[in-house]
Amino acid sequence: MKDADFKDTDTLDQLMLEKHGVLFTTIDKLLNWGRSNSVWPLTFATSCCGIEMMAAGAPRHDFARFGVEVYRASPRQADVVVVAGTIVNKMAPVLKRLYDQMADPKYVIAMGACAVSGGPFFYNSYHVVKGVDHLLPVDVYIPGCPPRPEALLYGIMQLQRKIQRETIVNKYQKPEEVMKNYDFENPLPE
Amino acid sequence: METLISDINGKIIQNWPEIRLDQGQYPTLHVQARYLLPVMQVLKDDPDFYMDYLVLITGVDYKSSLGCTYLLNSSVGNHLLVVKVTDIDRNDPVVDSVTHLWPTANFHEREIYDLLGIRFEGHPDLRRIFLDDNWVGHPLRKDYNDEVNVIERKL
Repeated sequence: MKDADFKDTDTLDQLMLEKHGVLFTTIDKLLNWGRSNSVWPLTFATSCCGIEMMAAGAPRHDFARFGVEVYRASPRQADVVVVAGTIVNKMAPVLKRLYDQMADPKYVIAMGACAVSGGPFFYNSYHVVKGVDHLLPVDVYIPGCPPRPEALLYGIMQLQRKIQRETIVNKYQKPEEVMKNYDFENPLPE
Repeated sequence: METLISDINGKIIQNWPEIRLDQGQYPTLHVQARYLLPVMQVLKDDPDFYMDYLVLITGVDYKSSLGCTYLLNSSVGNHLLVVKVTDIDRNDPVVDSVTHLWPTANFHEREIYDLLGIRFEGHPDLRRIFLDDNWVGHPLRKDYNDEVNVIERKL
């Protein structure tokens, strides 16, 4: 599949429809509409990216408009953990534990250079986890040091788009995996 | 300032002639590690100095030796004094603790022990403060080497 097609939401919809049929895609649409418009983040920020995340929640940018309604102080009520900041080796087990305590379906956004790759601490540092994807399965990467609130909003909208392609047929299957198993040569089995 | 300098000359340099006084941005005492504790005791207790506030302790790796820098302040006389120890043996780094004089030294000395490995004799609770208890080595030393976690690049 071409990259341009993958960015094209209508094509994705068409593929899902062909794969799972009218009934499931309709139910999926309803469920995903609900899920993608109430992605509640975990109150978790370790450095300056956290300040930008707070700014994104504050009135000027107000990501509650997109359904990222309210920071939950408990991982059991959160849907997404925005890893906003440097994760040091000492913090790593804490973050892993928080992620494990979250209820499925759960998502991870790596916000900022430190969470993406270690950023300014990549070289000559003894204490930083070089990219949070060493610990957790990351759904969306947001570059920047720190990213502006607009960048975070865009990242969240990408996550919502990702959630909207999920299906209950195999609910732990992410859209990329659905696409991977798809037979492009012969889309509709006779 | 002049009275502070003359007090240092009269009460410290006279008793410990090896100690040297520099006058840069702040008056700086270069103290040998073995004299640190009695000198600090005088600076704390003598009414002319009355250094009642320890602002900070910094650990330094001089490559040939290790060192500690103390910044002292007196809230009564309103004067600052830097005390430098530069001759701590690298292979057996021990220096006297000043925790019983200024309780704030407790965490400072634990941090220096954690990152540079200087042991403070007489410290009530000398444990690592930032790193894991089972960490091997002291990462702020110039010769620290960790091939697993550190991606090296010469700057």
